[in-house]
Amino acid sequence: MIIVVAVLVGVLFATGIFLILQRTLTRIILGLTTMSNGVSMLLMLSGGRAGAAPFTDRQTSGVRLADPMPQAMVLTAIVINFAMVSFLLAMAYRSMSLTGADEVEDDLEDRRIALGERVEEIYEEIAPDLVEERDQ
Amino acid sequence: MNVVITLLVVAPLVAAGLNMALWRRVKVQQIVGSSVLTAMLIGSLALLRHVTTHDPVVVELGAWSAPLGIVLVADVFSAMLLVVAMATLLAVFVYAVGQPRADKGAFYFHSLYLILATGVAGSFLAGDLFNLFVGIEITLTSSYVLITLGGRKEQVRSGMTYVIINLLASTLLLVSIGLTYAATGTVNMADAAQKLDLIPNGVHQGIGALMLIAFGLKAAIFPLFFWLPDSYPTAPVTVTAVFAGLLTKIGMYGIIRTQTLMFPMEGNSLMLLLGLAGATMVVGAIGALAQNDMKRLLSFSIVSQIGYILFGLGINTSIGVAGAIFFLLHQIPVKTSLFLVAGLVETVSGSASLDKVSGLMRRSPFTAAMFALSGLSLIGLPPLSGFFGKLALVEAGISSRNWTVTALSLVVSLLTLMYLTKVWSQMFWGEPSQPEQIRLGDGRVFELPDRAPRMMNAATLGLVGVTLVLAVAVEPIWSMCTQASAELLDPQFYIQAVLGS
Repeated sequence: MIIVVAVLVGVLFATGIFLILQRTLTRIILGLTTMSNGVSMLLMLSGGRAGAAPFTDRQTSGVRLADPMPQAMVLTAIVINFAMVSFLLAMAYRSMSLTGADEVEDDLEDRRIALGERVEEIYEEIAPDLVEERDQ
Repeated sequence: MNVVITLLVVAPLVAAGLNMALWRRVKVQQIVGSSVLTAMLIGSLALLRHVTTHDPVVVELGAWSAPLGIVLVADVFSAMLLVVAMATLLAVFVYAVGQPRADKGAFYFHSLYLILATGVAGSFLAGDLFNLFVGIEITLTSSYVLITLGGRKEQVRSGMTYVIINLLASTLLLVSIGLTYAATGTVNMADAAQKLDLIPNGVHQGIGALMLIAFGLKAAIFPLFFWLPDSYPTAPVTVTAVFAGLLTKIGMYGIIRTQTLMFPMEGNSLMLLLGLAGATMVVGAIGALAQNDMKRLLSFSIVSQIGYILFGLGINTSIGVAGAIFFLLHQIPVKTSLFLVAGLVETVSGSASLDKVSGLMRRSPFTAAMFALSGLSLIGLPPLSGFFGKLALVEAGISSRNWTVTALSLVVSLLTLMYLTKVWSQMFWGEPSQPEQIRLGDGRVFELPDRAPRMMNAATLGLVGVTLVLAVAVEPIWSMCTQASAELLDPQFYIQAVLGS
């Protein structure tokens, strides 16, 4: 059983990382969600074998107990993750309503510096009238 | 002292809630915020005084003793960082109060800022890995909102990068905490430090490496820094100033704390750390040289200076780690005050672009003086604070015969001088430029003031004053740094303080 869950963690992480490397914001968010589900599974795994109860009453003492600590941590992690994903979705929506596209955009200043001197040539090539207007 | 430590985490959170309830009354919020931050500064000063002469203070929450219960631990290292962080937070808060904007109280800025303070105190005081994670998460969550405050187009663009990268880093951190728990059955740092020695070396090193990557992403060390210069400059200047001073430094705190206590390094991994340090310093400085906007340039500079702290940690001798701690303490106020100066520049000229602004020395000599003082301190010109940090690091580098990185650190000092000279000569020298005109909706033109509001100037001056205090009182501060480094390099000290003997 542990092997199955461990493989599942691997699959969730692989899918998550693949999705994060995309350019579409919704896919990135899906990727993060998938990855954090993988983390939750991993935390559960750290509590030992599956199938035991985290707490029991006095009558059933002597039963094998599961470690309750990872379950508490998973709970915290899920709450944090829930808040984060809703925030990201709100931001993706804001980004879409501002730019009309569901994509990660380039940093223009970064591009300008990378192009350096060539930026003037490119300006003149693509919009000669605007450059003329600016120079006057 | 127990009450003080608990209050350092709880008080700002309560005040944040109070501020949210008082969302209509900006004035009251400002008073609540600044008085809580002042109280926290005083509290952390008292704490520092206590821990330098006594043992570290360990607070067992709910009287559950470690390793089962949650503990808050304050040793010299965390108390020193707390003092500097609180002074910085207070100065930036006063600066924000003084800003000439009508909407400065909007969007719950004051509450979010206090939640950020909670997170900072929480992560410096956490005695177990999971609460360290939660502290960092609290800081980051409020920073996500702060960086997108206002919701302008470029803020959303850069905020997206920032949030996604930090969530990824948090995920990795959580994975490494989960693995630590799977390997040792505890998340208490002192307890885990003991038990990690018993597990196979490969697993031990692997978890350590994963944790280094997770904190390294947050601290923006090479090659994990690309998100930082991309996202910091677009936020409001008060927000960027706090981020610049504190957020990457929390990542650095995480690296220093976990690597010295739980994953003591030797041999090849130290060489790797030194290599990363060298690359971080050089790449950051070269990146800064290429920039044309003061805030972007300073963002690259953050990356470059992180390299120095890593350099001290990589040397791993008593004086090296002490140098790293001193450098960390010096970086927080210096970087923040440089960003506050960028904010002053924006206030009087409407832009922080090197192409558009010039001749500020004549228009606003006070801003120029503040930039000169904190800039020279960043370069490390004696007798300012950066000099003592670099002196210690270079001395440690030479005595441990790490010639290459030591030489690199000196070269990067020169590069630092170069990029700050670029700012100085383009922005402060030359003919005064026409301040950018802001057209209001009804066609009138808004004239920018010739000088920033007094409160903003005072806050900047106060923060520059903190860096001057670091330089003037270098003798006692340095002895605290060596004390902290001795404590860090002897994990048994921390373990005994938390778990008893």
